[in-house]
Amino acid sequence: MNASARANKWLTAVTWRRLLRDRPIVPLMGLLAILVLVIELADPGIVSPEWTGVIVRASVPLAILAGCQTLTMLTGGIDLSVAAIGSMAGFVTATLVHSPGGVAEGIIVALAAAALAGLLTGIGVGVFRVHPLIMTLGMSFVVLGLSNVWQLQMVQTGAGVPDSLRWIGSSTLAQVVPYNLLVFIPLTLLILLGLRRTGYGRLLYAIGDNPVAARLSGTRAWQVLIVLYVISAVMAAIAGLLISGLTNTASVSLVDTSLLPAVAAAVIGGTSILGGRGGFGGTIVGALILTVLTALLTVLGLPEPTRQVVFGSIIVVVAAAYTRVTSES
Amino acid sequence: MTATATGLLLEATDVSKIYGAVVALKAASLAVRPGEVHALMGANGAGKSTLVKILTGAVHPDSGRIAVRGRERTVHSPGEARRGGLVSVYQEPSLIPDLDIRANLRLTDTPLEPFRHWLTQLGIENLDLSSMARRLPLATLRIVDLARALAIEPDVLMLDEMTAALPANLTQRVLEAVASHRGGDRSIIFISHRLIEIASVCDRATVLREGETVGVVDVTPGSEERIIELMLGQIAGEMPAVAGRTAAHRASVTTPRISVRGLASGTKLQDVSFELHPGEVLGVVALEGQGQDELFDILAGSQRPSSGELLVDGSAASFRHPADAIRAGLVYVAADRAEALLMQRSVRENIALPFTTRVRRWGLIDLRAERETVDAAVSRLQIDARAGNEVRRLSGGNQQKVTIARWVAGGVRTMLCFDPTRGIDIRTKQQIYLLLRDLAEAGAAVLLYTSELKEVQLVCDRAIVIFGGRVVEEISGTDADEATLLRAAYHLRSDAAMPEAVAAETVAAETVAPRASDAANGPGAEAAPPEQADPETSR
Amino acid sequence: MSAVTAPVGAPPANPARTVMSWAQRSSWAIGLVGLLAILLVFTKIIQPSYGVAGIQGLGISILPLGFAAVAQAVVVIAGGIDLSIGSMMALTSVIAATLMDGQSAEFGLAVVAGVLVLGLVLGAINGALVVVTRVPDIVVTLAMSFVWAGFALLVRAAPGGAASPWLMNLVIGPFGNPWIPKAAIVLVIVVAVIWIPIARSRMGLSLYAVGSNQLAAFRSGVPIGRTKIVAYALTGLFAAVGGLALTASTSIGTPVPGPYTLESVAAVVLGGVSLAGGRGGVFGPVVAVMVLQIIQNDMTFLSFDPNFALVAQGVILIGVLILGSVLESRRARR
Ligand SMILES: Nc1ncnc2c1ncn2[C@@H]1O[C@H](COP(=O)(O)OP(=O)(O)O)[C@@H](O)[C@H]1O
Ligand SMILES: [Mg+2]
Repeated sequence: MNASARANKWLTAVTWRRLLRDRPIVPLMGLLAILVLVIELADPGIVSPEWTGVIVRASVPLAILAGCQTLTMLTGGIDLSVAAIGSMAGFVTATLVHSPGGVAEGIIVALAAAALAGLLTGIGVGVFRVHPLIMTLGMSFVVLGLSNVWQLQMVQTGAGVPDSLRWIGSSTLAQVVPYNLLVFIPLTLLILLGLRRTGYGRLLYAIGDNPVAARLSGTRAWQVLIVLYVISAVMAAIAGLLISGLTNTASVSLVDTSLLPAVAAAVIGGTSILGGRGGFGGTIVGALILTVLTALLTVLGLPEPTRQVVFGSIIVVVAAAYTRVTSES
Repeated sequence: MTATATGLLLEATDVSKIYGAVVALKAASLAVRPGEVHALMGANGAGKSTLVKILTGAVHPDSGRIAVRGRERTVHSPGEARRGGLVSVYQEPSLIPDLDIRANLRLTDTPLEPFRHWLTQLGIENLDLSSMARRLPLATLRIVDLARALAIEPDVLMLDEMTAALPANLTQRVLEAVASHRGGDRSIIFISHRLIEIASVCDRATVLREGETVGVVDVTPGSEERIIELMLGQIAGEMPAVAGRTAAHRASVTTPRISVRGLASGTKLQDVSFELHPGEVLGVVALEGQGQDELFDILAGSQRPSSGELLVDGSAASFRHPADAIRAGLVYVAADRAEALLMQRSVRENIALPFTTRVRRWGLIDLRAERETVDAAVSRLQIDARAGNEVRRLSGGNQQKVTIARWVAGGVRTMLCFDPTRGIDIRTKQQIYLLLRDLAEAGAAVLLYTSELKEVQLVCDRAIVIFGGRVVEEISGTDADEATLLRAAYHLRSDAAMPEAVAAETVAAETVAPRASDAANGPGAEAAPPEQADPETSR
Repeated sequence: MSAVTAPVGAPPANPARTVMSWAQRSSWAIGLVGLLAILLVFTKIIQPSYGVAGIQGLGISILPLGFAAVAQAVVVIAGGIDLSIGSMMALTSVIAATLMDGQSAEFGLAVVAGVLVLGLVLGAINGALVVVTRVPDIVVTLAMSFVWAGFALLVRAAPGGAASPWLMNLVIGPFGNPWIPKAAIVLVIVVAVIWIPIARSRMGLSLYAVGSNQLAAFRSGVPIGRTKIVAYALTGLFAAVGGLALTASTSIGTPVPGPYTLESVAAVVLGGVSLAGGRGGVFGPVVAVMVLQIIQNDMTFLSFDPNFALVAQGVILIGVLILGSVLESRRARR
């Protein structure tokens, strides 16, 4: 190999490094494309508009839950209460389906309950400085317990996932475009805009990067954190409603299986759990990657166990790659 | 055999270490003979601590050679260095806070009896070995750390600003211990800013300046001058005189921007009163730990006073949070950049940070206006923002400029600068001096605490001297030469007889200006790198 | 110069002081034991029939979570966190139940030994990944929780298998006195036999040192990477014991991880171990597990909806930490 070729190779290595560090979404898209390619090779003809619709539909709730993790992780926190809150939201709405206010009442009650839980979490984290991991864990116990109590109260009235929720959660336009995008696209625009173009978004990064500097610059972190955990809880509730519509089930543990994948999607998407680095764009791609990966493993005939093993390995590898490129050499 | 060939116990040659854009060491060399006490001198940020860390394997050099008894060595960890007879008492206490002293000793395989012996020698008796390290006062921790090192009788013992946090009586004991430990084959590397200590125990001194070894001096009566000359380089010559101070007369006719009356906090800040007028730069001069930290914390809203009054623009103010101080127009520039910057974020976000902290500014940002403001500040401070995607990749000087630009961008009314030129290059220092003058000329009020006494005469209209938590003297800028300031800082009347030790130090200082606060620099005073970025542990 | 005027040196050592300082250091655990006693008395008052059966039930029901809490405590003391404990328990549990099924007692013994070694290995892998990749502990162990759970499902897709009868006898039933459940004895003995020698050794000091202040530990000559790996390996070992306890108390192996991971985090925090590392011990969390279990029983006795026990657990968890933070800031202000 001559010198210039070697230099070229070195150059590309450096570029990749920089790309992964500054614009992680580009290599992530590459990874996603590769996965799609592999699945097409494994099962020719599988990749179609309809298939894409199914993937997107399944990714949307996961991406929203991962969004909760992204936002909280940006500040150096995490939200383990999303599963309990999301399940609660779907469940409450289903039990209130026969109430006078109907579905609307159910959704409003669900979102309000979620917001209340988020408010309390925010106060714990922001004002009393309880570790977010513990605070959200404790809150998830409280919410789950109360949901269970509610379940026993409601068992007579009869319940069911409302049609409108089923429609938005699982139907698709022309077998391709899932209607849950009606919720997801505005929400995504809001988050992306919020993180990039608003003062509030800047503060999320600031608190996560260096809380002391943020404070000395005049940031009152508790204000930011309270709002943050309310936002996160409401998003979790929205995701829970969509999942409940998608699966046509309402149970107090419906979202539990999505909790850890949500954290994983955020991490794969390039958000640092230590705070100050990341964004929602990467998280969406992270959620898509996890969903496509699941589909691929299914196509390959690999059962659930293998899927989990591969899942875990990918998280470690991707996270390690991020750590390598973002740490100063 | 090789040891006798070179005759050196420890030799470091052309050692370099770079942290991102910060060059901690460029070409440092050090040669320690058996049996000597070798001083390592240099201004704050010269790289002394980094060199010691490299010699004991706590940091890995980028290049350079280290030889012990003539044999080249790569030291991988402090543990390995310790087994090889190289032990350092680092600048920051390295006892485990959550373990008691006995456990700390076991952790390092320190024999108990010699430890007790040295502890007594060092003036601490009746230490309860089952007390948690976290509960002991700092001075005690330093002494325990030293006794622990002495107890294993290392070949080379390195003391990094050991005496900085000690009261006079303990300092004396440490010097005695150093003197008695040397001898035979054993050597000591001694870092201190106090010339009197160097003169009393050291045989030779290596001087570092900006990461380079600039000279080795035999310590003899009268060598202090030479040492200081080496430490400072051409700084004295390059300093521009900051011309045209018109503020002094203006000051008397306006309401003071800040007026402080009888401010007190805990035991450190006793009773401080002064007025700061628009259009002036008021210097604050003090040895380390005289209450200046508390004063600035109170003014910046980080801490509340226990008594006293603070008036801003004539009306009483009380700050519960830095945001309150900022709202009242008091903005704070810290010495420690790790405390002020979002290291992973861009220059732009760092400068614009204060703009959006208030709830009503949480909404959409006018990006155009923001860019204009930020760009104006960047060019005014001449920040080299080429690596501006992440502030941590800027050089130290540029980083410090960013912390100042943050406030300049929004328009400064009152700026509180706490040692803003610590550890940055001379060019940047000059730019900062000029900027502070500019701000004052434009009507801002600047309160400047500095450990570099030379700055006072260059930049300040007048200076107050704080000692023991009280203002003991006010000196006009034109009279504020280093000798006067230093006298005042030690709270000495020019006519009164000086205590012997201080006199010697002052004489040394009169020749050329050392940094006053370095004379008693606490270990916490230096920029502590953020945990996760610390390269020592993340190997 | 009077730069530092603070009194130097500490008060003289004497036995009373040493006891005091021990009590001060263990105040959290002592308080928990007191709370446990009060709760037991309270239980007896509200439910006069509470007795041998209740105590036996308590013993067996806390066993798996007790070990999980100890496992979590070890790694948290060393400054980490392990979100794969539940999965490691599931994996070790199904392996044990599958291998022991229909085999002799001797073979069962070999299986137990093998599973313990496996736990060490699983934990060491977690630790090595944390050290080598430098990815935050929480992310690595989260990822590994998928991996270990996947392996558990590979071993056995549905709950099944069987535990050696002697293993079940080891934990079920009274130990001599009907008031003393074997499970409690096993819990205490196993933890004591593994932990106490380690805690007293250099390695134990290193664990605390690394958790307390990594930089100071490194400078004191502690090998950081190796110590972390050991911490994770011990966590794996205790998780394996927990897995065996699961198999022993349920007599089968279940491949799906129980709620042990997050519950262990809660128990550890309630048990006085600081999430920041370096502080606390392994017995506090065990007592915390007992306290939580009794509260749950009491809820039943008071004919509350037992689900309120979960709510109570959350409220206690949050309340204790808020109390701690309020006290801390009050102390800081003084
Ligand atoms: N871990 C680190 N990361 C970044 N910069 C560092 C680090 N350690 C030291 N520096 C920088 O290296 C320079 C030399 O530091 P140091 O050796 O501590 O100086 P001294 O002990 O002489 O005051 C300083 O500018 C300091 O900011
Ligand atoms: Mg230093």
